[in-house]
Amino acid sequence: MAEVDIKNMTLNFGPQHPAAHGVLRLIMELDGEVIERCDPHIGLLHRGTEKLIEYKTYQQAIPYFDRLDYVSPMAMEHAYVLAIEKLLGLEVPERGQAVRVLFSEITRLLNHLLNVVSQGMDVGAITPALWGYEERERLMEFYEGVSGARMHANYFRVGGVHQDMPAGMAEAIGTYIDGFHHFIDDMETLLTENRIFKQRNVDISIINAEEAMDWGFTGVMLRCTGLPWDLRKSQPYDGYEKYDFDIPVGKNGDCYDRYLCRVEEMRQSCRIIKQVLETMPDGPVASTDRKVVAPARAEMKQSMEALIHHFKLYTEGFKVPAGETYTAIEAPKGEFGVYLVADGSNMPYRCKIRSPGYVHLAAMDHLCKGHLLADSVAVIGSLDIVFGEIDR
Amino acid sequence: MADEGALQELGQHIGSVLADQVISTSVAHEELMVSARADQIVKILTFLRDDPLCLFKLLVDICGADFPERPKRFDVVYNLLSLVHNQRIRIKVEADDITPIPSVTGVYNSANWFEREAWDMYGIMFAEHPDLRRLLTDYGFEGHPLRKDFPLTGFVEVRYDDERKRVVYDPVKLPQEFRTFDFLSPWEGAAAVPQGVLPGDEKAEGQESS
Repeated sequence: MAEVDIKNMTLNFGPQHPAAHGVLRLIMELDGEVIERCDPHIGLLHRGTEKLIEYKTYQQAIPYFDRLDYVSPMAMEHAYVLAIEKLLGLEVPERGQAVRVLFSEITRLLNHLLNVVSQGMDVGAITPALWGYEERERLMEFYEGVSGARMHANYFRVGGVHQDMPAGMAEAIGTYIDGFHHFIDDMETLLTENRIFKQRNVDISIINAEEAMDWGFTGVMLRCTGLPWDLRKSQPYDGYEKYDFDIPVGKNGDCYDRYLCRVEEMRQSCRIIKQVLETMPDGPVASTDRKVVAPARAEMKQSMEALIHHFKLYTEGFKVPAGETYTAIEAPKGEFGVYLVADGSNMPYRCKIRSPGYVHLAAMDHLCKGHLLADSVAVIGSLDIVFGEIDR
Repeated sequence: MADEGALQELGQHIGSVLADQVISTSVAHEELMVSARADQIVKILTFLRDDPLCLFKLLVDICGADFPERPKRFDVVYNLLSLVHNQRIRIKVEADDITPIPSVTGVYNSANWFEREAWDMYGIMFAEHPDLRRLLTDYGFEGHPLRKDFPLTGFVEVRYDDERKRVVYDPVKLPQEFRTFDFLSPWEGAAAVPQGVLPGDEKAEGQESS
């Protein structure tokens, strides 16, 4: 029989595909069912956020950050306000810092909840997703309680947060977090030792520490290789050094380890939230520097000066002295950084957003090579990508 | 986080070893910034990655910035992170839109997409990049949107044409002229305004003559 010349098959995956976690288009070259090459095409959700920010005052740009990684909105705001505060040299009062940490950790729960359950869904488990979304909805009620919005909160402000938590909110969060452990336990009974889940995730897309650093990985993607690197510990911001928590690390650097890291991070987040609630200081939640932070509305009705400040801040905004900074935080997905160039006016001259998902997706070819087509779905699930932040 | 003294020391170390490549080093806002020569960037980053006092194994970010009034209008900014020493460093080189600067994909794999993005957004060229295609903009897009002379509204808009049964590109039509609300304070006197003309004054001049 004559030798048959077998050609590789090129497969177009997406842009609309339930397992693509958004609008990801993958051009895959397949040898049978084995991925030879994988070329992600991104930018289908590109909205020009960085360009838009250059045309807005510093405060007007905050809502754009909610819309980057719409699964963990407040974490994005956090990086941006920290960058501006660094350029301004502005101190945040202790209560403001504590409220920010509290909501950053709630945000981490929100993010990991979605990711862990949808990783399960990608490999065939639907029940965890249904349970997870219910818990996410409860957590988003806390978002709504402080900001009025379930997702796009616009809550963090330069100098603190917009307003204090309503009465009873701290207790409600505490009660919820006490019960949250049971949810994690329940969810783990569905996934952690599940045979199908393990068969689909263990030993898939293994990456070692050297490769991970070469590809610029941060967050869980780096920790799953065994490197205990967490910006909350190594370069603490907003008083993270005051809280006691552990950094979970993986051993093998595969999809399963990433899942385990995220689950353990949820437990650690709960620990931090409990500590924040126990040590919540009194005082203002935002700086009292009226050249940057607007006065309360009630005060505005009484005081002429407050009225002037309010008017100035909501028309002209505040000016940031010329300078530049790269400020990064440990967002749930990894290192989220803002490179901000200020030229002394009331608008950013340049605001580059460094999103973790972008870097992780760039390594898609490396992670998928030699795996089966079906594994690419598990890999995407474990990367924790959200297209709002990748396409910007 | 590293204190200012350690950063100063690191800056001096880099400045002395790479005396031919580095133009200046400075520390501001507890961050170390190194200006360097664009054609030497591969050598600089290789050194920073491998030197035992540096070990910047993670390339966190590459981005462009546009300063149209300069002869070399672009800055290319490399942000690096060292896990071992818990330090960050920022390397800045200048570029223009004709001369390509050497690609650092051979030093860090993560540079690949960052350089593609810088090409896409600013038109900064990278020599010997394995795959310098557009990344974020549309297939067949023209222009480099993050340049300061690219209008915020862009040049084309897309819509679905029901007759031709496909998406078509049209020139942007705005129902109302795009307005930049320049709220820089008119109360701070003419000295604070760059051209000596208060924002909005230029509109009044045409009216007086008519």
